[in-house]
Order: sequence, then C-alpha cells, then structure tokens
Amino acid sequence: MNELDQSTVGVRGINSTLQTLPANTNEKHWVVKNPKGQHNIAVGLSAPLQVEINGHVGFYCGGMNQHSEITIHGHAGVGTAENMMSGLVWVKGNSSESAGATGNGGLLVIDGDASSRCGISMKGIDIVVGGSVGHMSAFMGQRGNLVVCGDAGDALGDSIYEARLYVKGKVASLGADCIEKEMRAEHLADLERLLKAAGRKEKPTDFKRYGSARKLYNFSVDHADAY
Amino acid sequence: MENTPRTPPRKSATFDDSTLAEIRRAASTGIYDIRGAGAKRKLPHFDDLLFLGASISRYPLEGYREKCGTDVVLGTRFAKKPIHLQIPITIAGMSFGSLSANAKEALGRGASAAGTSTTTGDGGMTPEERGQSKYLVYQYLPSRYGMNPDDLRKADAIEVVIGQGAKPGGGGMLLGQKISDRVAAMRCLPKGIDQRSACRHPDWTGPDDLEIKIAELREITNWEKPIYVKIGGARPYYDVALAVKAGADVVVVDGMQGGTAATQEVFIEHVGQPTLACIRPAVRALQELNMHRKVQLIVSGGIRNGADVAKALALGADAVSIGTAALVALGDNDPHYEAEYNALGTTAGAYDDWHEGRDPAGITTQDPELAKRLDPVKAGRRLYNYLKVLTLEAQTIARANGKSHVHNLEPEDLCALTIEAAAMAQVPLAGTDWIPGKTRF
Repeated sequence: MNELDQSTVGVRGINSTLQTLPANTNEKHWVVKNPKGQHNIAVGLSAPLQVEINGHVGFYCGGMNQHSEITIHGHAGVGTAENMMSGLVWVKGNSSESAGATGNGGLLVIDGDASSRCGISMKGIDIVVGGSVGHMSAFMGQRGNLVVCGDAGDALGDSIYEARLYVKGKVASLGADCIEKEMRAEHLADLERLLKAAGRKEKPTDFKRYGSARKLYNFSVDHADAY
Repeated sequence: MENTPRTPPRKSATFDDSTLAEIRRAASTGIYDIRGAGAKRKLPHFDDLLFLGASISRYPLEGYREKCGTDVVLGTRFAKKPIHLQIPITIAGMSFGSLSANAKEALGRGASAAGTSTTTGDGGMTPEERGQSKYLVYQYLPSRYGMNPDDLRKADAIEVVIGQGAKPGGGGMLLGQKISDRVAAMRCLPKGIDQRSACRHPDWTGPDDLEIKIAELREITNWEKPIYVKIGGARPYYDVALAVKAGADVVVVDGMQGGTAATQEVFIEHVGQPTLACIRPAVRALQELNMHRKVQLIVSGGIRNGADVAKALALGADAVSIGTAALVALGDNDPHYEAEYNALGTTAGAYDDWHEGRDPAGITTQDPELAKRLDPVKAGRRLYNYLKVLTLEAQTIARANGKSHVHNLEPEDLCALTIEAAAMAQVPLAGTDWIPGKTRF
C-alpha cells in the first residue's frame, strides 16, 4: 500500500503520481490522506488502481475516471465522478449536486444522499444512491441507470432520453417527457445486479421504473407547452 | 377622371414584405423559424472603420522588402505547451454532425497548411479532423457529447464554450434528419431524434465554479494545454474579466454576426451585440487586469477579409477566428449549385437551412451522396488560399501603417465613418478628434 498525503504533495502531486502509473503497475493500492475538501482529487486516472481517500473531498473527485476504483471515506462536493468512462467511484457519505454528470460508463455508488441534478446528462454510467436525490436528477439523461433507494426531488428525468431510472421511495414530481414505465424481467435483473454491486439490501420489486415517453424526440408544436 | 393623379400603392416600412411573409409562415406552421448562420441585418461593422495609413507623421514599410510578422502564441499564461500559430486567423468551432466528415477534414487540411488551428464542435473529435489538423482545439461544451479524457489529451488546446455570438444564452439543436448512425453513436443517442444541447454546463455554475472546472481540465491534461474560454457577445467587459479570473489562458469573444448551425431566427437577430461593439470592452477588461497580451483575445463574428482581420487586431485582439467565411471558402453557397438552391426554395448566397442537412455543396449535411461532392483535398486547398489572402491583406494594411508585425496595429491607426462605429470602436469620427463618450466634439 502506498500513501499520498495531500497536505504534503498537494492535489497536483496526487494526480501526477496516480495518472502516470502504467496500466500494468504493481503499485495498485493507494491511500490519500488529509484530502481536506480539496477539489479535483484523483481526476483523469486511467490505470486499474484502488484509491482510498480518507476524508472529505471537494468538486469533481474521480472526474473522467477510467478503470480505477476510487473510494471516498467521507462526503463529496459537486460533480463527483463527472464524465466517468469506466471503473468505480464509491462515496461512503453524501455527495453534492451533479454527481455522475455526463458519465459514459462505470459505476458510481453514493451510500448517503445525493443533491440536485444527480446523473444530469448521463451517457451510460450506472449510479446507485442509498439515500435520496434532489431536483432535476437525470435531466436529459441519455443512457445508463440511476437507482435511488430513497426519494427523488422535483422534475425527475426532465427531458430524458434513454436513461433508466429506478426509485424505491416517493418522487416529488416527474419532469417533461418522463413517465412511470412497466418494470419487466430485464429491468428487475438489471436492478438486482446494480443493487448487489452497490452492497444494497433493497428488493428490486420494491422499486418503480421511470423513463422517457419519447414525445419530445422530434419537435412538434403540439408539445411546445411541455418545454 | 382618367387623368386624376392616384396615390400609388405604398408598402409599409414597418410591415415590409419579409415581415409579412414571416407572419404568414408563423401563422401557418405554429413554430418559430430555425436557420443557420449569424445575424443578417445590417449592423455597425468593420466596414465603418478606415485605416489612416502613413505619410509624414508616420512612415510606411516597403511592401516587398520589409518584413511584417503575423505569428501569434496562444496560451502563455499557464499552459506548459502554448500553441504557436503562423497566422492570427483560426478556424472556429464547428461540429461533426452539423458539418460532414469531409468538410471537417477540409478545414483541418486548409488550416494546417496555413499554419493555424481548427476547432471541434458539439459532438466530439473525429479521427479525420485530428489526423488532418496540426493544431486542434477541442471544445468542452455543456452537452459533453463525445467528451472523453483520451481525446482531451490528444487536443492541442481546450476551449470551454460558455456561449456563442449567434445565441448568447442559448443551447444547441441538431435536428433528427442530420443524425446519421455515426453521429448518433458519437453522441450516445438513438438515430433520427432531435439532439438538444443544454445552454448551461451540467456541473458548474458561475465564475467560482468555472475556476475549479478549468483547474480540473488542467489536472487531467498535466497543465499542458492552453485553455480557452469562449463567450458570446453579451456583456464582454464583465464576462472577459470573469473568464480571466477563472483562469483562462485565452478568451474568445464571438459577436452576433458569428454563425450557428441551427437556432431560432429571432434569437440570432435580436440577442447579443455586434462584433464591433464587443472588442473594446473586452480589451478594457484585460487592460484593467494587466492581462492584455498575457491572456490572448480572439475575436470572431463576421470576419471576411484582411481589412477585418487588421481592424480587429488594431482594436486589441491577438487573433481572429472565422467560421462562415471558411465554409464559403470550401464552397458553401456557391452559385455553381444555383439550380439546386432554387429547388430548395432559395438562392446561392442566401441558403441558411443548414439544419435540414440538404446542402447542395455537401458541407452542412450527413447525406453520404451530398457529402461526396466535397473533395476534402481540393476544398482544403481553397481554404488555404483564402487564409493566405487574408494574411497578405492584413500585412498590406499593417505595412501601410508602418507596422513590422500585425500586432503592432493600434486604435490610433483607425478612424470611423459613422458616429455609431466611432462610439463602439472608440476611435475618432473621420475628420475630427471626436470619440463619442470619450472626448468633446
């Protein structure tokens, strides 16, 4: 196990060390000490590392991650794992707004609550939130799955494309073109896999599925009031 | 009675023919007019400025013997690898999706031959344009279509797009008819559906967040790449100051004549400021922060010839960017296709339904048959020729004003033909010492 102390090497020191490790490195396990809420910790990683961050982090932790497994033992700021391509980012606490924004792949797990715009413009990422998400979550979600074990705020899935949303608790309101959809066997299987990967005990059958009504896919003046 | 004079039919200046036609079109369709390109109305522009030239008080440089430099270095503030261009004219961001792959390749070929950069657009980076572009600026847009760290690291610079002159405050729209299999795959969306691009970034709001976002992009790319911030001509003084505060290496200011692939006509013509009105406030912001020439300023929106280039530089820009003019150089709106433009209900020079994907010139289309019409090698050569002419023209003017580098042009080399242009460009009205708002008549 290798250690990086943010107090000593700074964010630049952490990132330059982790970004330059080759894909076949033997030094796979890293611990980041004293993150102190700093922004941009462990961004742009591309090797299959296990990175543990012992404390709270600021914006964009795990941003654009490829292949690494990053665990945040604390709370996370805005845009956690934004535009993640692959790998795993796991927040043991809560995460602020725009978690998993525009993510293309990989898995983001937030044990606590996520704030507004969780999964905004998601493009293939899977997100499992143990608690609740705020308003406008999965706004313009294109692809991937957002699983919410608690409640969802207003305008869930507004202007959604093909992302799939699963919520166990209450949904304050659905956004434009987002509707409740039938939960078929394939969805239950997906949900079971995601819950298991996130270490959750919830039963897939307790969730409802939401997605696009596909009425706004091509502009029609008769739907203009929905915008 | 037959000889009684009659009042001839008189059309309203307010309700003119095009206004009436638009009312009828709106009433019949129920939807606003969408089109490409920038503002078409007559606006105060570079044509309203003149260079003074040299005589006794200033002496000129010899056209064929004395050197007049044109190079520019972009990204000297923070980037480890600034880009050094041979000419101060870059190619503006235009997406694969709105343009064909051949058109993107042609832009790359022409720009590279001329020693300048080209820019991606909404939808990501294609191998064609990366392969053919010596210097490629990768746009970082609200939609993040096609965004990935591998391409980010392949770029020579990164342009965080906040807005554009044709629609400051607006997002984008690529209509379903232009969404081919390849475009759809790059954007992670089904084929044939309208692709909306958000007007705000999904994971930051305001200048303080932007500073963190720029730092993230620098961290991901090892602080190597110049980071540009592109803004539409809304409030250039404040927006440029905030972009500098947020850590930009380069600020791009795009006036309302700057083109778009597709936006509402009402947005294009009624939101934002003319390019001429944007430059001096942008330069003032940089000067007040002691950042003029340290953070480079690129100006775009309606640059057509070397005089426009020289005027923008004289007002304080470090470089200009061209989009519409570059497409025309490739072959857009060429009278050669007049019969086909007529069949589309338009005429060469007026065709702006770029969003419909039926461009006879094969540029703003994803139709493989139409796209084939544009030979990327020949079209690239045309763009190269055009860029050379712009450069030669700008040099001619710079030498005539006694400058050994185009960057030595200054506002004192200019006068204005109209009071409006004098006020906007803050140069004296021709024949006077009067700068409206600055000096007394």
